[in-house]
Amino acid sequence: MRKKKSTQRSVWAETWRRLKKDKMAVAGLIFIGLLVVIAFSTMFIDIATNKAVYNDYVIKQNLRMRLQGPSPDHVFGLDEFGRDILLRMLWGTRYSLFMGTFAIVFSVIVGSLLGAVSGFYGKVADNVIMRFMDVLLAIPSMLLATAIVAALGTSLTNVLLAISISYIPTFARTVRASVLTIKDQEYIEAARALGAGDGRIIFRYIIPNSLAPLIVQATLGVAGAILSIAGLSFLGLGIQPPTPEWGSMLSNARTYIREGWHVTVIPGLGIMLTILALNILGDGLRDALDPRLKN
Amino acid sequence: MEKEKEILIDIEDLWVKFSTDDGVVKAVNGISLKLEKGETFGLVGETGAGKTTLAKAIMSLIPTPPGEITKGKINFKGEDLLKCSDHRIREIRGNDISMIFQDPMTSLNPVMRVGEQIKEVIEIHNPKMSETELHEKVVEMLRLVGISEDRINEFPHQFSGGMKQRVIIAIALACNPLLLIADEPTTALDVTIQAQVLDMIKKLKQKLNTSMLLITHDLGVVVQNCDKVAIVYAGEIVETGNLREIFKNPLHPYTRGLFDSIPSLTKDTRRLKPIEGLMPDPTNLPEGCNFCPRCKFAKEECKTKNPAFVHKEGEHYVKCFLYEEGK
Repeated sequence: MRKKKSTQRSVWAETWRRLKKDKMAVAGLIFIGLLVVIAFSTMFIDIATNKAVYNDYVIKQNLRMRLQGPSPDHVFGLDEFGRDILLRMLWGTRYSLFMGTFAIVFSVIVGSLLGAVSGFYGKVADNVIMRFMDVLLAIPSMLLATAIVAALGTSLTNVLLAISISYIPTFARTVRASVLTIKDQEYIEAARALGAGDGRIIFRYIIPNSLAPLIVQATLGVAGAILSIAGLSFLGLGIQPPTPEWGSMLSNARTYIREGWHVTVIPGLGIMLTILALNILGDGLRDALDPRLKN
Repeated sequence: MEKEKEILIDIEDLWVKFSTDDGVVKAVNGISLKLEKGETFGLVGETGAGKTTLAKAIMSLIPTPPGEITKGKINFKGEDLLKCSDHRIREIRGNDISMIFQDPMTSLNPVMRVGEQIKEVIEIHNPKMSETELHEKVVEMLRLVGISEDRINEFPHQFSGGMKQRVIIAIALACNPLLLIADEPTTALDVTIQAQVLDMIKKLKQKLNTSMLLITHDLGVVVQNCDKVAIVYAGEIVETGNLREIFKNPLHPYTRGLFDSIPSLTKDTRRLKPIEGLMPDPTNLPEGCNFCPRCKFAKEECKTKNPAFVHKEGEHYVKCFLYEEGK
């Protein structure tokens, strides 16, 4: 037991050492870290003040001040209802970030389970699962999510569910592909030849070797999920106003694009930067996780 | 008169086939061989002759399906390996019988440090060993194969091919196996490294008193290492005997053909003499002797009947009609 822990740590330490060399990836990581801190501190403020700040500043309308541009008092300006965009952005972080992450975690778990089963057992199981995944893949993910939300009604859980389901095939395919290639590697046979059991082979050989593509795919998936959530909100199928979700902020603001540029640009930039950071981080992780690539 | 030698592994009439879409591939067709303790047995044959399948059958590594051992016994220390439970087989693998694979480039787990990989086999078979003991053993194994201790934490991609093969040898020998199966251990290496690796295997084998089944298609490797040789053709042993008997007096037309196709160092040969034709398709073996279609001495009976082993002298056996009546 002790041994396992120490090897794991050293593998991650190795990854971290390599990731640190990639300045862009570190920048992405810092940005994402910052967003996580913001998301948690706004949640903490909500709990501490019993949502007083949220009710008084984030969703409180002040129509006399609507669409006011950036000023020292309101750094990002005010939106069409006179609400501070900076605060709304900060409070909205949690939705984009956590919902994206939750959706992906869920689909990674379900997807890799399905992928592993079809990769391992092959034959009938493989055919049934993968053909079903093909059907899901054939429908554009945005359309699928829209359909699910439209059918089940707009709520936070339904949006999450919709996004998760639309991402499951991607992960199932990724995992299945890596399990298939790894399963036939000579080192798996060599491991069998030295007396390793199935459990050891799966946990020490197959999983570590298929983890890298999965992590990268997941990081990129979070970016995609955030975009999908924002997209659904933009279409009015996601999180409902007055909740300050970035996508719905962008959607509501688009009517006022001529009266106040900042109302659309700020949430748009927020979404863009988050996705950019996640993508860069994903790329960096891919390089760092592969011990074969460099020292 | 002769002193009683201890038989380590005794393979009796082993048949292995693979059922594929293109038909049933008869990979091993009734191979029998005995291996004594401390001895090196060379298994020589072309690609596809069934050497590796035989090795995998011993390790119970034949993928089923499509593979199937249809007949035979593999007696190892009084146990029939083909009847062992999965659990027992796992205990034997790596501990009593271990295997060196053909390609060192792909036989190591790319995401595990080499030290870990050597440690793993010791750990599997000695679960009670403490962390420090394990580490000491790993260091000892590395030293034995001539790798510096401070490379213990490196990954396989940081090693050259020859070094990787050394690591694999260290893994194979870590538990002092009784039998080492070396499946073309030097095919993927260049000639100088080949010599080094073979030399090392030989020394370690003597030191640890391990028996070895050496699979190769290089007759030079056989001469340097083996005590006994079996020539394999299309899943059958066509000639077997000790090294001297085979090399001084090759009898089977196929064995002779093999020796004829080696360039001579002393004579000026313009062209090599290859054996005409190709190995028969293992899904569609000839009715009689498998070598018959390529044999210069083929007779009428070769086409319909499969010859039995003919005893020549000492341990020399040959599976050919040519020697039946002459005896």
